[in-house]
Amino acid sequence: MRPFTYTRADDADGAVASVTADREAMFLAGGTNLVDHLKLGIAAPSTLVDVTGLTSDRITDVDGDDGQEGGLRIGAAVRNSDLAAHPRVRAEYPALAEALLQGASGQLRNMATTGGNLLQRTRCAYFQDRTTPCTKRSLDEPCSALGGWARYHAILGAAEDDEGLQRCIATHPSDMAVAMSMLDARVQVLGPEGERTIPIGEFYRLPGDDPTRDTVLRHGELITAVDLPPAPIATNSTYYKVRDRASYAFALVSVAAALEVDRTPDGPVVADVRLALGGVAHMPWRAHRAEEALRGRPATEENFRAAAEAELESARPVESPAGGNAFKIPLVAGTVTAALRRLAQDPSATDGVSGESA
Amino acid sequence: MKASITLTVDGRERSLTIDSRTTVLDALREHLDVTSVKKGCDHGQCGSCTVLLNGRRTLACLSLAVAHDGDEVVTADGLAPEGERHAMAQAFLDADAYQCGYCTPGQITSAVGMLGEVDNGHPSAAATDVAAPPRLDRAEIAERMSGNLCRCAAYANIVTAIENAHAAQDGALR
Repeated sequence: MRPFTYTRADDADGAVASVTADREAMFLAGGTNLVDHLKLGIAAPSTLVDVTGLTSDRITDVDGDDGQEGGLRIGAAVRNSDLAAHPRVRAEYPALAEALLQGASGQLRNMATTGGNLLQRTRCAYFQDRTTPCTKRSLDEPCSALGGWARYHAILGAAEDDEGLQRCIATHPSDMAVAMSMLDARVQVLGPEGERTIPIGEFYRLPGDDPTRDTVLRHGELITAVDLPPAPIATNSTYYKVRDRASYAFALVSVAAALEVDRTPDGPVVADVRLALGGVAHMPWRAHRAEEALRGRPATEENFRAAAEAELESARPVESPAGGNAFKIPLVAGTVTAALRRLAQDPSATDGVSGESA
Repeated sequence: MKASITLTVDGRERSLTIDSRTTVLDALREHLDVTSVKKGCDHGQCGSCTVLLNGRRTLACLSLAVAHDGDEVVTADGLAPEGERHAMAQAFLDADAYQCGYCTPGQITSAVGMLGEVDNGHPSAAATDVAAPPRLDRAEIAERMSGNLCRCAAYANIVTAIENAHAAQDGALR
């Protein structure tokens, strides 16, 4: 591990100034990912600026003054376990609480922070193994996952570089970020030029011509908080995660879903829906196409599946003798269908089913 | 870079000068001779280095000691002051949950921290309704303890031990 200087600034502005002044400086929060990367030699900062005491560790109700009435502001230093345990998150944004609780372990959730979790880097085995080439670590290297072990890798959004070639098929690992994408979270950032707000849909980037960059954050920019806008639809939301073991594993595929159903004489109809997918792309994948396909349509299993399949039309699985990922296409369709089927259940019905397909 | 820090370890204040790269785990084992905390994977994957840091279960291997100046650390050793066996350790003994024993200090420390989380009403992924207060059954214990791996696979007995320890707390927990 490269020697580094550890510092703690007096305030967030000072931390931003310190990191901005040194290309090789990094912020340190919970450390669950970064300390591991120091050990693995993936990160080799000159300086670590500890920000755990500089941003808020509180979750606050946002009042109406800034147009966010009814929402929540989550300080960047809030621990994952505290966010998952917050009464309003559990009652009003259950998909977020479920996503947090299905991520990592009890110990890690006590350490990991909201801001750090958004910046968690891919768990691609080749990225984490410095002895294998990886284009996400260095643009000069090829992707080892292409033709290698691609079970946990992307099927969406990874193909579109300038020549139409796949360069990087790493997936974003955070469960929390998938739920936050579904919830249209807004990332509050402090940088050398002041504050800015980045909608989460614009926060992450696809690999494109530079897979080394995960987000649009510039060097020295610090996440100070994440805002959850009010979202009545989210009271009926859930997070489904499919993985190779029952707990403490990253997602093969995950779905954050929220559904609002109108009960009409002809059966339940989708009034509104929100869907985001994990484990399928370089970033949390907001399934806009599936959402559009469902709005105003009967809330039937057949339509849920068709909407998922519409989203997957652009999917490009990787064939590999060491383990491809074409299985993810039917897995996503099935997981989306299962999540929406559960959310479509009529809570007032005694048999717990709804629609002609249930 | 060297740094001088103070940690309260198992009730005793300890001062030490360390390289900034030193983890809490290495500070405890290599600098302070506190060997009740075990180094397993050293990458946050096995839970054998679990300590209570300011009362919450934490992985010592992914915590930089320099970032925890002034903090309180409790290891499995600290759960047994004066050598008196902690109720959780006794429950492990009674349920034959030890086997090779390497993961045990982390398991016991994690179990104690986990019961505190339940007591504080923290939910788990095993809950059918995330908004409801937790109810600690075997599935909940297994889920909440999933960050502690046991290569002997003594899981069934570990779950029983924690279940018994929880029941013996006599309604102190929900």
